[in-house]
Amino acid sequence: MQEIYLIFVVLLAALLGFELIRKVPATLHTPLMSGSNAISGITLVGALASSGGDYGWLTVILGTLAVALASINVVGGYMVTDRMLGMFKKKQK
Amino acid sequence: MDTLTYFINLAYVASAALFIFGLKLLGHPDSARKGNFVSAIGMFIAVVVTLMDQQIINFHWIVIGVVVGGAIGAWKAKTVEMTAMPEMVSLFNGFGGMASLLVGWATISGMTEEQLLAADGGLFVATFLTIMIGAVTFSGSFIAWGKLSGKMNSKAIIFDGLRLVSLGHLIALTILVVLFTLQPDVGIWLYLTIIVALSFGILATISIGGADMPVVIALLNSYSGVAAAAAGIAIDNTILVVTGLLVGASGLILTNIMCKAMNRSLLNVLLSGFAKPPEMGEKIEGEVKIMSSSDAFYVLEAAQSVLVVPGYGMAVAQAQHAVRELQDLLEENNCAVEYAIHAVAGRMPGHMNVLLAEADVPYEQLFEMDDVNPRMENYDVAIVIGANDVVNPAAKEMKGSPIYGMPVIEVYRAKTVFVLKRSANAGFAGVDNPLFFKENTRMVLGDAKDTLNNIIRDFSTD
Repeated sequence: MQEIYLIFVVLLAALLGFELIRKVPATLHTPLMSGSNAISGITLVGALASSGGDYGWLTVILGTLAVALASINVVGGYMVTDRMLGMFKKKQK
Repeated sequence: MDTLTYFINLAYVASAALFIFGLKLLGHPDSARKGNFVSAIGMFIAVVVTLMDQQIINFHWIVIGVVVGGAIGAWKAKTVEMTAMPEMVSLFNGFGGMASLLVGWATISGMTEEQLLAADGGLFVATFLTIMIGAVTFSGSFIAWGKLSGKMNSKAIIFDGLRLVSLGHLIALTILVVLFTLQPDVGIWLYLTIIVALSFGILATISIGGADMPVVIALLNSYSGVAAAAAGIAIDNTILVVTGLLVGASGLILTNIMCKAMNRSLLNVLLSGFAKPPEMGEKIEGEVKIMSSSDAFYVLEAAQSVLVVPGYGMAVAQAQHAVRELQDLLEENNCAVEYAIHAVAGRMPGHMNVLLAEADVPYEQLFEMDDVNPRMENYDVAIVIGANDVVNPAAKEMKGSPIYGMPVIEVYRAKTVFVLKRSANAGFAGVDNPLFFKENTRMVLGDAKDTLNNIIRDFSTD
């Protein structure tokens, strides 16, 4: 049953992603990419458990490196996207 | 499920909803900035509730990782030039891939031998996929970054037997997934997987040339999401699965748009390095008509409507601010200015739009190819700045051309076309763009920024 539940989640998330992203206009494709870059930093959530758990040194080092790399993605991704989106302006009349 | 786990998962649902809502707001330039903020809140919630997990007992390594990574990310985000966005996005894709690889690896290294032997085979397949996709994303992005930043030659690197070597990698990975699943406690299978997958990522990317980079970046973007989703399955965390797939879908859609814009299939782009370069069926001959920038000014002064078509050359010459200045002068002179942006102009999707936005060009004046082509005849002047393939009429006229069939911005149908180009071999050179020889085309030679500044100077002294 667990597998079926997982397939459900995979299917719905992928379909939802397609529907949402299809509506993003071409002019915003670069911020979309840097923004989704930031979102893919969600790996950070997975890395936290390895970095801070009761594990051997190898796991903690791997986890901490993963935390650092994912943090670059999350912080850098959101900030640069914000910087770019701030540049998109309407015509001033 | 105890209360805390229940609460954590509930919060994950909330952050997934915020990611989805954020992406929805990204659908329009007016609300996009808010959307990015909403998505960031979702991320913040997901991270904070994860820290409440009772498995986490040590915080000092986490703090070090977050502070160091966050500082590097913030510094890059603040200092990166808009022209360098493709490199930065590639680099970040690579970091995302490596992070997933490490999470997959840590999952295995964190298990005792008994746990490894007792665990379900599905876990190892998921971990294998996480590590493999993460590694391919990392090394592929690294090569893409090298090519885009000019640290590597951007030409496609092809050698004899490339196809065979790549095929060998795929076979090796297929064997490794079986071995790794059957003997997860044997470390060598894991290390071999990492090495082979890293090498495969390099092979798959070096054979792709600079002009195809938008497709590659979009695809690697998708991979970084899929790697996160696979990691989610490996560590049994639904928020990773859902969020990773949103990113995976996003990258895949962009990849598809890029491929359509080039009239090529994804397979054709990825395997282009393996095919022989197509030979030109016909030779294009004709005379290039050169125009000085001061003559160009006189034509522009009389123009009622101007279409600007930017390409990667505009980014290289950093000419976007000069373009904007010219736009202001033209508009003051009662001339309508519009921009036509081809989906594959530049080195990543939407690259030109960001550069023009940086130079304060309102987004309402940026049009897609299909919007401008039907009214091309109405433009008095089309100015092509550093674009080549995306305005190449060979795509329509010459069956033998490698780009035949690709939809292009049909500037040659405008009344006059200015092509701003660094140099052109005057006379009968084997240039592959018949646009340069059209009756209504004028080449304005020199650095695009200098040429534009000359015209701007003529306008201001007029």
